[in-house]
Amino acid sequence: MIEASGLSKVFRDRRRGRVQAVEAVSFTCRPGEVYGLLGANGAGKTTTLRMLATLLRPSAGTARVAGHDVQSEAGAVRARIGFLSAATALYGRLTAREQVAYFGRLHGMQDARLRDRVNELFAWLELGPEAEARCDQLSTGQRQKVSLARTLVHDPPVMIFDEPTMGLDVLAARAIMRFIQNCRARGKTVLFSSHVMSEVERLCDRVGIIHRGRLLAEGTVGGLQSAYREASLEDAFVRVVEAGA
Amino acid sequence: MNARQARIVWGKEVRELMRDRRTLISTLVLPVLLIPLLAVGFGFLTARQAGKVRQEAQQTGLKVMVLGAERAPGLVAFLAQSPVLRLAPATPDYAARIASKEVRAAIDIPAGLEAGDAGGGLALPPEAAGLPVVRILHYMGEFRSQMAVRELQRLLREYRDRVVTARLAGMGLTSRDLLAPFAVAEENVAASRKVSGNLLGGIIPYMIVILCFVGAMNPAMDLTAGEKERGTLETLLTSPVDRSSLVVGKFLATLAAALASATLSLASFGATFSILPLALSASGPDARASLLFSISPGGLLAVLAMMGPLAVMFSAVLLAVSLLARSYKEAQSYGGPMMFLVIGLALVGMLPGMELTWRYVFVPVTNVSLISKEILTGRFPWGAIAVVFGSSCLYAGAALAAAAAAFRRESVLFR
Repeated sequence: MIEASGLSKVFRDRRRGRVQAVEAVSFTCRPGEVYGLLGANGAGKTTTLRMLATLLRPSAGTARVAGHDVQSEAGAVRARIGFLSAATALYGRLTAREQVAYFGRLHGMQDARLRDRVNELFAWLELGPEAEARCDQLSTGQRQKVSLARTLVHDPPVMIFDEPTMGLDVLAARAIMRFIQNCRARGKTVLFSSHVMSEVERLCDRVGIIHRGRLLAEGTVGGLQSAYREASLEDAFVRVVEAGA
Repeated sequence: MNARQARIVWGKEVRELMRDRRTLISTLVLPVLLIPLLAVGFGFLTARQAGKVRQEAQQTGLKVMVLGAERAPGLVAFLAQSPVLRLAPATPDYAARIASKEVRAAIDIPAGLEAGDAGGGLALPPEAAGLPVVRILHYMGEFRSQMAVRELQRLLREYRDRVVTARLAGMGLTSRDLLAPFAVAEENVAASRKVSGNLLGGIIPYMIVILCFVGAMNPAMDLTAGEKERGTLETLLTSPVDRSSLVVGKFLATLAAALASATLSLASFGATFSILPLALSASGPDARASLLFSISPGGLLAVLAMMGPLAVMFSAVLLAVSLLARSYKEAQSYGGPMMFLVIGLALVGMLPGMELTWRYVFVPVTNVSLISKEILTGRFPWGAIAVVFGSSCLYAGAALAAAAAAFRRESVLFR
């Protein structure tokens, strides 16, 4: 479960001064649900997800992830999430197996259990001999699989995906989508950010439209379309954003 | 801080660094090869080049222009006997010819040097006019020009002695007791370790300090700015590892590289200057040369101990500063000026006559450089050693605290 309440983030920038990246964002994402944060570039999606993943401290508001406060129990939160974004890369000089095992160890997993878990994940993701290859020698698709194994190694109840398909080809992007659907099927809480309407339409049970740091609308894809009397999510999104501008 | 997490981070960082060619070269290969290459290679090349130039000079001769040759034909005839010099007639553009290396040097003979000496004999110069001055014109810093100058000076000294001997003989005196009433002999009474300490005491700490810094530089940049650039830092920060364990793990990996560099360079120094004298004494009869380069293993170990806190300081400072950079390249641009600062501070220890005083005992890098010099000459001023070690530990602690603080700043981590 993810519960964000009045989350805000202010950055101090030498050039631009005070920058309000996120302003009083509140939403809830339940287990077995995929919640999509939909917004244009620079809308505040990444900052919101980074606050939930404890990478950034909120300037105001609170959030609880898997029952733990993101500020006072940051370690406990990180132990219960799998975070994947276009910016979370792999260590090129480690093999795929070393990579996943490293994060498993950091999650406190013991060697025997870790070995079984890595083998299970690699079998599921169809990573064969590539498991022993250095990550800088793998293809983009193979690297993406290793990243997925890395986020899942400790079997977290909450998954946070920040534009995970950015820069991927159609096949690799489809694999990620299937992976997210699988997470939902396993009862995990899934928070997903994107600016690609088709992905959000296909995946998300509920959608929050974020613009200039504020959550302007929330609901199911169908609900948003009816509320704004539009035939597509894209048109509804444009209506929401224009009304909020 | 979680010791288990720090150990996991350290292990992974060391494994990755061992697979990085840049780190292997700067941390392991450079310290091992640089000193023998400099000591043997550079010495060998210098000697070979000097020998080549000398041989060439003897075959073709060093062209020297004689200005005012008509004023001292006796001197000119004497100079012409040199196997090295090839005399050339004067031209007005002698300075330009020296500058263009067509002529290596010129000798300007003044009037009155051989006044009244028609038959090759010598006469007293005119008292009222003062001593005549023979000028040597040369190209400072140019090797062949300096060879010509040294040869001219040797010949002029010899010629002057002949003039004096002839003049004294004219007065009925022998020159032997007048010119050299006593002989001078030098003898070294210092222990060979002290001699080698004085000869190498300045350069050893200087080289080790720099190699230790270089050894830490690449790992520190790779583990901070490099991680940011490659996007792996964000991945790592989403794991449950706490910031303190992360800093300690990365710091220990950088420190291991710095200490490996310092140890390898010291071992390389010890090995080079143990083998080099053997080679020298085998190639020549002067067995004393071997004594001049003896360095005690105890001295080297003591120097290594002094390098410990310095390696800690370098590792922590480099980590903290590199973390401010967005990319590896930007981190390198911060590392360059830091390197010059370290070279400057270490260089003080190499200055002639520079000794450790209370003024320098708290100056980082310089104090270690100077105390190491003392240790290598066989002196162990325990009070100063304790102060230098203590202050270095203090600076190291402060640098480590700064690195830990930098790892907690969002503005630094997500620049």
